[in-house]
Amino acid sequence: MFRNQYDTDVTTWSPAGRLFQVEYAMEAVKQGSAAIGLRSKTHAVLACVNKANSELSSHQRKIFKVDDHIGVAIAGLTADGRVLSRYMRSECINYGYTYESPLPIGRLVVQLADKAQVCTQRSWKRPYGVGLLVAGLDESGAHLYYNCPSGNYFEYQAFAIGSRSQAAKTYLERKFENFPDSSRDDLIKDALFAIRETLQGEKLTSSVCTVSVVGVGEAFNILGQKTVQALINEFEISGEEAPATVSAAEEAAGGDAAAADQGGAAAEEEAAPMDI
Amino acid sequence: MTTKEHANWSPYDNNGGTCVAIAGADYCVIAADTRMSTGYSILTRDYSKISKLADKSFMASSGFQADVKALQKVLSSRHLIYQHQHNKQMSCPAMAQLLSNTLYYKRFFPYYAFNVLGGLDSEGKGCVFTYDAVGSYERVGYSAQGSGATLITPFLDNQLKSPSPLLLPAKDAVTPLSEAEAVDLVKTCFVSATERDIYTGDSVEIIILNANGVRRESEQLRKD
Repeated sequence: MFRNQYDTDVTTWSPAGRLFQVEYAMEAVKQGSAAIGLRSKTHAVLACVNKANSELSSHQRKIFKVDDHIGVAIAGLTADGRVLSRYMRSECINYGYTYESPLPIGRLVVQLADKAQVCTQRSWKRPYGVGLLVAGLDESGAHLYYNCPSGNYFEYQAFAIGSRSQAAKTYLERKFENFPDSSRDDLIKDALFAIRETLQGEKLTSSVCTVSVVGVGEAFNILGQKTVQALINEFEISGEEAPATVSAAEEAAGGDAAAADQGGAAAEEEAAPMDI
Repeated sequence: MTTKEHANWSPYDNNGGTCVAIAGADYCVIAADTRMSTGYSILTRDYSKISKLADKSFMASSGFQADVKALQKVLSSRHLIYQHQHNKQMSCPAMAQLLSNTLYYKRFFPYYAFNVLGGLDSEGKGCVFTYDAVGSYERVGYSAQGSGATLITPFLDNQLKSPSPLLLPAKDAVTPLSEAEAVDLVKTCFVSATERDIYTGDSVEIIILNANGVRRESEQLRKD
């Protein structure tokens, strides 16, 4: 994209005060297939789009269990993501061994961020080319963090990374105010809708996406393909017509003001831009 | 003759107690008393010497309980790593090898732990592995370790008719007894050992592992 004389190595500042190598690493994240995360007070959901190199190969694993109470979804250089997941698992195991209690997610993301920062300040290293959505629990409930290759981390109510993530973000921005009090199943439903947004009209099936949940009383687990397909069918999320179908059924069943309100909201969803 | 200097402090202590495990055709019984002692005193009457290492592997250890606790933690962490790498639980024979390696790792400052590992192998048959303090181990049909082992082992030899491991072809030492009979036998072992071994008593904790899952039983023993 940018061709200039200050982007050769990570230890060179540009006159404008930028580290181009770090910014290029963030570009790598944008090229990866989409991953989204969202949370309520008690649960956090991570979902991602599965991209296979060819019809002959299997899908890449983009969601990793780090511990019973923490999971991570990655976008970008999946090899870097795998290595960082191994680091996170190792940190959780060592903390558990020493303190006989789960590593607080807030501590883990700081350690991860510090590890990423090191690679932005050594001439013999390169930044990690992967963005991590870390979802987990601590004493105060469920949390979702995003760790950048730059070494920054942010906490989010909901977020999306990777290619075509803007469509998902638009959907999440409209819905996020309801998330803190959402039920576990509603959260998963919203995750599936957000994933659908990134597919740009492609049919949403369980072979195209992976969904995982962690919550109070529920250890981090990746939902099975059959479970996800059943949820997609239940919420009728596969095609674009889905919201209208759902609201039509409700209007037929209800026929009062509440149903009309929901019908109006559904019409709004239909109008939501599918193309960025 | 030169006199040797003796240490006025030892890193080890013996907390006593007895552990037993018996393998059946489709079950495994692992048991240990719950008395923890030091010298001629009792520290507590209610201490568990049994630890779940994996879904199908339970370890009972007598000896120095601080070392036992450290050993349990190391194995627990190693099992977590295994699960992350292989996406499944460790089998009992795999855990048996891991325990052996972990013990030998400290060959020159050993864990003062006398272990008996019980569980189900990948075919669902009961398996028992018995160890010394530095990791030498063998798969057997039954075993006892700890302060009451010398009292219990001859009795089990008599009752379980173990074929000699020197016979070829190797005969399966798994007992033909039913699960209920094996549990009863274990209770008898502990009641008898409690009579004569001062370090065994208070109560016995029994874990029964079979295809349906895990069951825990407890039986009171003499408290003197």
